Amino acid sequence: MIDNAIVFPVVVHLFTAILLLFFWRKTIAQRMISIAGSLLAMLVAIGLFAQVWDGGILTMQAAGWEAPFGISFVADVFSSSMVLLTSFSGLAVSIYSATGIARGRMIYGYFPIFHFLLMGLNGAFLTGDIFNLYVWFEVVIIASFVLMTLGGRKAQIEGSVKYMAMNILASTFFLTGIGILYGITGTLNMADLSLKVAALENRKLVDITAIFFIIGFGIKSAVFPLYFWLPSSYHTPPSAVAAIFGGLLTKVGIYALFRIFTLIFIPDDFIRTLLVFLAIFTILTGTFGAVIKNNIRRMFSYLIVCHIGFMVGGLGMYSEVAITGALFYLFHDIMVKTNIFLIAGLIRKLRGTMNMDKLGGLYAEYPLLSLLMAIVLFSLVGIPPLSGFWPKIHLFEAGFMGGHYALIAALIIGSFATLYVISLMWSKVFWKDRPIIEDEGVLTDDFQPLSKFRKSLLVTPIVFLAVITLYIGLGAENIASVVKHIAREMKDTSPYIEAVLGTNELQ
Amino acid sequence: MELVLVILIGVLYASGIFMLLRRSMVKLLIGLILLGNGANLLIFLLGGITKGKPPVIDNAAKLFTDIYADPIPQALILTAIVISFGIQSFAIVLLKRVYVLVNSDDLDDLNTPEEEDI
Repeated sequence: MIDNAIVFPVVVHLFTAILLLFFWRKTIAQRMISIAGSLLAMLVAIGLFAQVWDGGILTMQAAGWEAPFGISFVADVFSSSMVLLTSFSGLAVSIYSATGIARGRMIYGYFPIFHFLLMGLNGAFLTGDIFNLYVWFEVVIIASFVLMTLGGRKAQIEGSVKYMAMNILASTFFLTGIGILYGITGTLNMADLSLKVAALENRKLVDITAIFFIIGFGIKSAVFPLYFWLPSSYHTPPSAVAAIFGGLLTKVGIYALFRIFTLIFIPDDFIRTLLVFLAIFTILTGTFGAVIKNNIRRMFSYLIVCHIGFMVGGLGMYSEVAITGALFYLFHDIMVKTNIFLIAGLIRKLRGTMNMDKLGGLYAEYPLLSLLMAIVLFSLVGIPPLSGFWPKIHLFEAGFMGGHYALIAALIIGSFATLYVISLMWSKVFWKDRPIIEDEGVLTDDFQPLSKFRKSLLVTPIVFLAVITLYIGLGAENIASVVKHIAREMKDTSPYIEAVLGTNELQ
Repeated sequence: MELVLVILIGVLYASGIFMLLRRSMVKLLIGLILLGNGANLLIFLLGGITKGKPPVIDNAAKLFTDIYADPIPQALILTAIVISFGIQSFAIVLLKRVYVLVNSDDLDDLNTPEEEDI
């Protein structure tokens, strides 16, 4: 079905960003416009998801150029649910930023860039053209460079160099892959590529091209051995920025991996083994990194790496159950990872530090806030019936069915290590008595002096995301039906191809 | 022509990766630029090079039957050049800023220890 409504999630953020540029330096107006824009984007995303869920795949051909000649936009259930989750994260971070971002950053264009970033993410989810995907990736990384460096503290600038170098390198690999793919197939439309790549006889060449995409997306989504930029840069920007980065930027790499490797390159044994191998090492290295870190945000950065392995492993096993599990994990992960970085920011506001040795006694002072954080942290661990538990069942089931025992072992180690670091954090940050620090002047409580309204701006987004996480956990049945639908669409891509190219192309 | 381009692309990729492996920030940037140029030339080469056959249809003809130069790789390269231009200028400004703050060109000096985190 052809419908221009597909581009609304992109357009809403574009216009919000442009509108924000007119209110340069007027931070109160910017905050309100940003929240309103994110709210509107969420409504649009809900509408798009409902439309796709009821009516099937929507397509739009840019400027009426028919596929495969023009640029197609495609919204299937996978794309539209990613757009929906992005809009939830976007709204939460937008509200949080209203108090969590210093005024100095706002007057240099924090909010416009933030909306350009969300626009790029939505575009990447909705495009059906591989070169267009590259362009959206570039939009995302340019916006993220600015958010990363805005403020210009020394640590931040140092982190950005690593972040920037690795992301440019990833884009170059991605571009190289596109070049080769165009050379061997002569098309850029993903649905058309799916047909043409399947018809190629030189499978070795296809595998090599696929590896370029694995490297490109692997760097972006922080897969072993390409993840080292992530833990050395994600702890540096303000927490609101880290939340959107941790929640969405690595996941857009995962989205691209799933899209490319279920539609264009159907993994053969070699690629599957490679992905499972990468997943095992991603989980283990991420785990070991998280265990030794003493700073909350550095620990969370390693947990991102660890949990990326869960999703890549699901893709590597490549059965319907495995993909169901991996996608379920992806949905849960976007919500929870955004939220834990917001929580890290809130802890920093409360105590003035994120070093676990200097923290303590939060539970005694703020019991309700601690309870709220506990829900999110336990969801991350996956204590049943919270959200992290259900995808793992699917992943284990798929692992036993496919005989991937090494991956199962890694999943168990990863899960237990997550439990270990979170309970360590719980006891150090919440239960331990507050340690006596000599120069108290440095560690101030920035939360208490805030007005009630501004406090609620910090807490509301965490509550909002926690409610969604709870829904993913307690309403797992509904989420499971969505991810099963997506997994079926991934296994049988003919509806997607048919929707883009029209029926007569499929013989 | 193809052979020259193949060698050139090989040299650009090799020297780009060599430069990336150095510790100097400026060389890192040069490496990224070389790699980007190599990728652009690769698209140009793999898109198929056809000399003197513009993709323009005669007024009289309805279909294009002749071999023609594919315009898409050039459109792709143009887009990629514009994007990399923007990113590279950002990178240059960022590296200058780093030099002012850290007062060193060595990537190994970019590790503020964990104790200084806030």
